Amino acid sequence: MNDVPLVLGIETSCDETGVGLVRGHDLLADAIASSVDEHARFGGVVPEVASRAHLEAMVPTIERSCREAGVTLSDVDAIAVTSGPGLAGALLVGVAAAKALALSLSIPLYGVNHLSAHVAVDQLEHGALPEPCVALLVSGGHSSLLLVEDVTVGVEPLGATVDDAAGEAFDKVARLLGLPFPGGPHIDRVAREGAVTIDFPRGLTGGRDLERHRFDFSFSGLKTAVARWVEARERAGEPVPVADVAASFQEAVCDVLTRKAIDACVRSGADHLVIGGGVAANSRIRTLAEERAAQHGIVVRVPRPGLCTDNGAMVAALGAEVVRRGRPPSALDIPADSSMPITTVVA
Amino acid sequence: MLLAFDTATHAVTVALHSGTAAGDVVAEHTVVDALRHGELLAPGIQHVLAAAGISPRDLTRIAVGVGPGPFTGLRVGIVTARTMAAVLDIPVDGVCTLDILAAAVTDQPGGFRVATDARRKEVYWAAYDGRGRRVSPPAVDRPEAAAYDGPVAGRGPQLYPAAFPAAIDPDNPSAAALARAVAHRTVELLPPVPLYLRRPDAATPGQRKQVL
Ligand SMILES: [Zn+2]
Repeated sequence: MNDVPLVLGIETSCDETGVGLVRGHDLLADAIASSVDEHARFGGVVPEVASRAHLEAMVPTIERSCREAGVTLSDVDAIAVTSGPGLAGALLVGVAAAKALALSLSIPLYGVNHLSAHVAVDQLEHGALPEPCVALLVSGGHSSLLLVEDVTVGVEPLGATVDDAAGEAFDKVARLLGLPFPGGPHIDRVAREGAVTIDFPRGLTGGRDLERHRFDFSFSGLKTAVARWVEARERAGEPVPVADVAASFQEAVCDVLTRKAIDACVRSGADHLVIGGGVAANSRIRTLAEERAAQHGIVVRVPRPGLCTDNGAMVAALGAEVVRRGRPPSALDIPADSSMPITTVVA
Repeated sequence: MLLAFDTATHAVTVALHSGTAAGDVVAEHTVVDALRHGELLAPGIQHVLAAAGISPRDLTRIAVGVGPGPFTGLRVGIVTARTMAAVLDIPVDGVCTLDILAAAVTDQPGGFRVATDARRKEVYWAAYDGRGRRVSPPAVDRPEAAAYDGPVAGRGPQLYPAAFPAAIDPDNPSAAALARAVAHRTVELLPPVPLYLRRPDAATPGQRKQVL
C-alpha cells in the first residue's frame, strides 16, 4: 500500500479519449486514443463522430492506462473526470464511464473542470504549482487568461477570446495555405522556413479596444486579413510565399497572446505564468513568452507538448490535487456540463 | 446476480435479478426523464444494489439495451455496462431495445409491432409474430412508411396516432422485462454495441466549438 492516493483521470471533452493515472505529482500512465483523423476531412471536430469514437475507445483506453502503470483497477483510490466544459455528447461518455468506475469500485468520484486540469497538469512536470499564478490556455477550443489563486477551488477569469479560439485561427489559416488539419503543428513547421515579412493586425491591442478588452483576445480579424492578403496575391497571379505568411500569422498570434499574458502577471502581481492547451506546443509562443517574461522577472512554466494537448493525465493531476487538499467529492448524479464555468473546479 | 438496464428511450430503467431461470427480479427502479440519462443511471444502479443489500462485487452478469434509440442516452447505458463489466470482470450482453418492449407484450396471438421515438419525425420499429419473436430487422422510418393498423407497443402510437391507431402496452421498456428475458433465455443476445441505424450527421450544426 502507498499513502499517496492513486487517481485515475478521464478526459472526453473533445476528440481525444484520455485516461491517466497519477499518484501525487507522479505520472504513472497517460493513455490516449484520438479520433482526429476521422474529423480531418471535415476540417473540424464533428460532435457525433467524436462521441461514437469515445464509446469505442473508453474501456480499451482504461485498460491500456492500467497496463502502462502496472496497476489494476482495484488499486485506484479515486476517479476524476472532465465534467465540463466541452462537447455535451462527448463529455457524457466520459462522465458515465467515470461513474461506472466509481460505483463498481466503491471509491469517490470528482467531476472536474477541464480548464483547471490544463493548469494542474504542470505539477506533473515542474512540481507544486506556485499560487497565485496566471494561466494562459490556448487551443482549438479555448483561449483564456486566468488568475489561479487555488487550482482546486476557484479560478478567476481575466479574459478570453471574443470570437475564434487561437487554435481555430491556426486551423483556418492552415486550410487557406493548403496545410493539413489540425493546423497548429504544420504552421509551426512551415513558419521555421519563412520570415516575418507581413504586418498582420493584432486584435484588441490598441485604444478603446485595449481599454475595454485588456485581457481579451480576437483572432477573427487576423484570420480575415490573412485570407485577403493571400487572395490578393492569387488574383495578381503571383505565388503565395506560404512560409512567410505562416511565420507572419504565427507571430501576430503569439505576440498578442504573450503580451497580454505578461500584462496580466504584472497587473495581478503573479510571478509565474503557466501556458497550457494545444497551442502551447507552438515553438514560437514558448520562446516569445520566455523572452518577455524574463524582462519582468516572471517565470514561465510550459508542460511538454504531450501534456499540453487534451489528455487524461491532466484530469488525474487535478483530481490528485483536489484529493490532497481534501475537497468534497461529487455526487453520482452530476451532469456533463458543456458550459461549466471556470469558477467551478469540482462539480 | 444479473444487473439489467436500458437508456435508449425516455425511460432510465434498472433492475436486479437473481440471475437464474428459477429466480426473479429482486429490485427495480425506473424514471422517465428524456433528457437526464447521464444523471439518473448511476444513482438508479446504486438504488437497486442498496435495495437488494448487495455490493457491486456480487454481480455476475450485466444486460443492457443497445437501442435503437436517441444516441446520447443510448451511449450512457452502453458505456456504463461495458465499464462495469470490465471492472468486475463479468460478462455483458446487449439486447435490442425494441425486443425489451416486445418481451413485456402479452396476448397478441396475431403478432404486433413495436415503434419508438427516433426524433426528427421518424420512428424506430420492428415486427413480431404471435410468440413475440422479431420477424423484421430493427429499422428507422417516417411513421407513414412504417404505418400499421394492428397492435403497436412503444411511444410510436402516442406520437403518431394516425400511423399507429391501435396502441398496446407497454409504452416504455422495463429493465425487469429485460432481466427476465435474459434469465429465461427468451431473447436474442447481441454484443454490447449500439444499434445506431443512422450515420453520424456531419454536415449539420456540427463544427460546434468548445464553449471556452
Ligand atoms: Zn483543452
